Amino acid sequence: MSGLDLLVAATLSAGTPLAIAGLGLLVNERVGVVNLGAEGIMLVAAVSGFATAVATHSEWLAFGAGALAGGLLSLVLGWLVIWLNTNQYATGLAVSIFGTGLSAFAGIPFVGRRLTTGGHHGIPWLRDLPFVGPALFRQHPMVYLTIALAALLGFALHRTRLGLVVRAVGESPASAHALGYPVRRIRLAAVVAGGALCGVAGAYLSVVYTPLWVEGMVSGRGWIALALTVFATWRPARILLGAYLFGGVTMLQLHLQASGVQVPPQFMAMLPYLSTVGVLVLISRNPLWIRLNMPASLGKPFTPGA
Amino acid sequence: MNLSPSKHAALAALLAAATLAGCSKKEAPPAAEPHAAAPAPAKTGEPLKAGFIYVGPVGDAGWTFAHDKGRREAEAKMGGKVVTTFVEKVPEGPDAERVLRDLVAQGNKLIFATSFGFMDAVTKVAKDNPDVKFEHATGYRTADNLRVYEAKFYEGAYLAGILAGQMTKSNVLGFVGSFPIPEVLRNINAFTLGAQSVNPKITTKVVWVSAWFDPPRETEAAQSLLDQGADVLLQNTDSSAVLQAAERAGKYAFGWDSDMSAVAPKAHLGSCALDWSGYYVKSFNDVLNGTWKPEVTKWGVKEGAVDLVKVASFAPAEARKKVDAARQGLKAGTLAVFTGPIVDNTGKEVLAKGVVADDAWKGAVNFYVKGVEGKVPAGK
Amino acid sequence: MIHLEARQSPSRLMGLLSPVLALALTVAIGAAIFFALGKDPGRALAVFLLEPFHGARALAELGLKATPLILCSLGLALCFRSNVWNIGAEGQFLFGAIAGGGLALWITTAGVPMSGPLFLPLLLVAGAAGGAAWAAVVALLRDRFHANEILVSLMLVYVANLFLSWLVFGPWKDPNGFNFPQTVQFASVTEVPRLFRGMRINAGFPLALVAAVAMWLFMSRTYRGMQLQVGGPAPLAARYAGFSSRAAIWTTLLVSGALAGVAGAVEVAGPMGQLTPHVSMGYGFTAIIVAFVGRLHPLGCILSSLLLSAFLIGGELAQTRVGLPSALAGVFQGVLLLSLLGCDVLVQHRLRWRSAP
Repeated sequence: MSGLDLLVAATLSAGTPLAIAGLGLLVNERVGVVNLGAEGIMLVAAVSGFATAVATHSEWLAFGAGALAGGLLSLVLGWLVIWLNTNQYATGLAVSIFGTGLSAFAGIPFVGRRLTTGGHHGIPWLRDLPFVGPALFRQHPMVYLTIALAALLGFALHRTRLGLVVRAVGESPASAHALGYPVRRIRLAAVVAGGALCGVAGAYLSVVYTPLWVEGMVSGRGWIALALTVFATWRPARILLGAYLFGGVTMLQLHLQASGVQVPPQFMAMLPYLSTVGVLVLISRNPLWIRLNMPASLGKPFTPGA
Repeated sequence: MNLSPSKHAALAALLAAATLAGCSKKEAPPAAEPHAAAPAPAKTGEPLKAGFIYVGPVGDAGWTFAHDKGRREAEAKMGGKVVTTFVEKVPEGPDAERVLRDLVAQGNKLIFATSFGFMDAVTKVAKDNPDVKFEHATGYRTADNLRVYEAKFYEGAYLAGILAGQMTKSNVLGFVGSFPIPEVLRNINAFTLGAQSVNPKITTKVVWVSAWFDPPRETEAAQSLLDQGADVLLQNTDSSAVLQAAERAGKYAFGWDSDMSAVAPKAHLGSCALDWSGYYVKSFNDVLNGTWKPEVTKWGVKEGAVDLVKVASFAPAEARKKVDAARQGLKAGTLAVFTGPIVDNTGKEVLAKGVVADDAWKGAVNFYVKGVEGKVPAGK
Repeated sequence: MIHLEARQSPSRLMGLLSPVLALALTVAIGAAIFFALGKDPGRALAVFLLEPFHGARALAELGLKATPLILCSLGLALCFRSNVWNIGAEGQFLFGAIAGGGLALWITTAGVPMSGPLFLPLLLVAGAAGGAAWAAVVALLRDRFHANEILVSLMLVYVANLFLSWLVFGPWKDPNGFNFPQTVQFASVTEVPRLFRGMRINAGFPLALVAAVAMWLFMSRTYRGMQLQVGGPAPLAARYAGFSSRAAIWTTLLVSGALAGVAGAVEVAGPMGQLTPHVSMGYGFTAIIVAFVGRLHPLGCILSSLLLSAFLIGGELAQTRVGLPSALAGVFQGVLLLSLLGCDVLVQHRLRWRSAP
């Protein structure tokens, strides 16, 4: 198929924001906190990142601002669910509503403004190779960083002491507490770190992927990222897989439309969702896969000494 | 917008900390200022109260933004004789009826429902309030106190096509569509016909995103068109994402609904912009003068409601001249976009030679003209 | 340093007091926001918190808006209490709307002889069947293939939305509607009967109240109802094995799907009177938060549905009354919900002073 190289490139690019947010939410969920505020957090980060990019012309400062905004909003969420033991699902949704409104309001001066960041990216030498050059090596650096981050997270979670502690907190907060770990602080740190990653994803969307700010521009990507953590059975590498699957099918259906395939567009648009479900069904057929990875304390509060 | 961008950026970076919104004291835009403080209307001498309901936020830089801009400009031109109120982000469903009734209860005597999906609600509320005049954008139902207005957007798409046909190198144009309704199909066809009027080799590829607003998805659709060789894009969706995707790829595109030249100076060939202010002034005057009557108004380039604005200065003078000529033709009434012979992309003649399409024909467009690839989804 | 201490049993006093506290907190924060924006805090708060309840028409509108929320949140409360994480009530709502709307459409276009009292039960059955069928997909994939219901139910929301879009843009499109995406207007016999002349509130509202009471009785008075809730939070391993966990999955998903489906059908045959792409205002998602604010209690769901509806309507009113942009209405709604949830902590915990460790 002609244009396969471009399709691969578009897939990598489309999957990246989902992957970053998915990795962040994975960090949250690994310590037992479900963050349904992802959509609102990404929006607040998107406008923060965009505003920073407008002012400083720096993508990297924009990612930093996004991370900061995402981290701060997650701090609120974390404090409520970890210290006040509020219900995680409801609190997350409330944060989402709040963040959506806040970003819409704060973003008013930035609608229709132009970013002067950007330009051509890629890895020298490699980008000029036939096929693999355009397919793999002409991406924004964040695309490669995301892959590295997934590898790093996978390593950290399963091969380091820190990872062991994080997993212990998610699996059995009571035992972790008994061993003397400050369970709630570890949870809060993970929630903030995960929120910061969601923030980077939001800033990436508004600064690099779709360089514009307009109210509600994340358009449900936060929800997809949440679904990805489940899809990935809480493993970082599989987050990448899921994000590229979703992004790839999205791009494929658009490419098929552009090449004249005659299927109602609504059915084409269903494909990314259906294929995600389909693949989940395939990988879930062995329940052990999921059971072994789902953090046992997911969604549950922990009070030391209770 | 009283804050400088950099100052605002610093604030925005601390958004989450600023939840108490104390930072946001003066940054509400003019559009968000209240217009509702007017006292209850008295018999004479009081200004006319007019209400607007919008489907999107006034800051969407697209459809709702254009209506709101028209509202503000029209109100300013009326010099105090009209006071307007608006409600934004009204969902197109049962909620609209409640909002409309509330606007009536607030004493508005003229109410604009600015999206197609408000049709059912505005019909019901109009029936119950014969003393209030209602105007519905892009609908088709009229009553004694309900009339409809729309813009001949396809004339803008046609002008864009003329430019696109001359700027393309690949002779392949791309169109990012929302949903296959007649209005959008007309735009695809007009864009293609305009391009073919200057370049017969043109073909157009269409991708549907099944949404009016989803910027990342619009980006992806634009990318898929660019990947398949299209080098000038137009869209019927509500954000500037397509334009920015073209800018990044070094290709061309157009703004839609409003002037989007600022976001992509290298890619922007022009913006198919709507200007509703003229119609709103007319409507206000109709009510004030007692000459308001139910009718169907379709304004285009001639009336100044639609135009291709901010045509790129980097486009060759020759190309711009052809756009100007077509614009003059539309203004003078010597040019009509849909004039036969028009052949659909299966080779069937859909409009005979020399015939100018009437409203019924335009309202029933359910095909692609020759040169557009593919088939209209769910079309016959 | 303030320290939270778990109570032996939930405080009844605080159960009643915490919403009041939350309201006070919100009023304080809201007043600060409005003051900072240069709006009259008293007026703005009154618009938000009082006007949605002011007058018979306002109350009728409130009930209308709350109806789908009550129905959806009831099913979700059952699911969540049983540890089944159905977050796709929105999709089940849409399929109920498609089924109910399809029935009304068929009666309208085929000219089926029908009477109102006969139609309403048929509509409810169709809506329930549609919603339950869509939820059954979730249950099936969960039961047979262990596919996580959070992901499946969420993804099916998007699929349902696109399917509805296809129907109204394609086969169900009004042939005389100038190709706009909508069905014909349903025959008047299919309209859900209104309760009062000139007001939109309809039989759906009392129906939702009855459903809430029934759900409350089921949860608190029947063996199966209590078994579900006890079996629900059991260790994960137990949920994958025994019969009761399978039954819990099917029962809760089918019941909540059916309730959401009824909500969709009543919305379509009630205030809408036709199918369009804009059937739901995100009721299925809003219902998630409604269920939790109502503390997963069926009667609590009624109150929280009315409260959330009031917030939503208040946000509209604030635009015309005090010129508050809708974005800020969202901020205010978020703050309200967060303080409501935050204050709820006092039901299960008491505050103690303690010197820092």
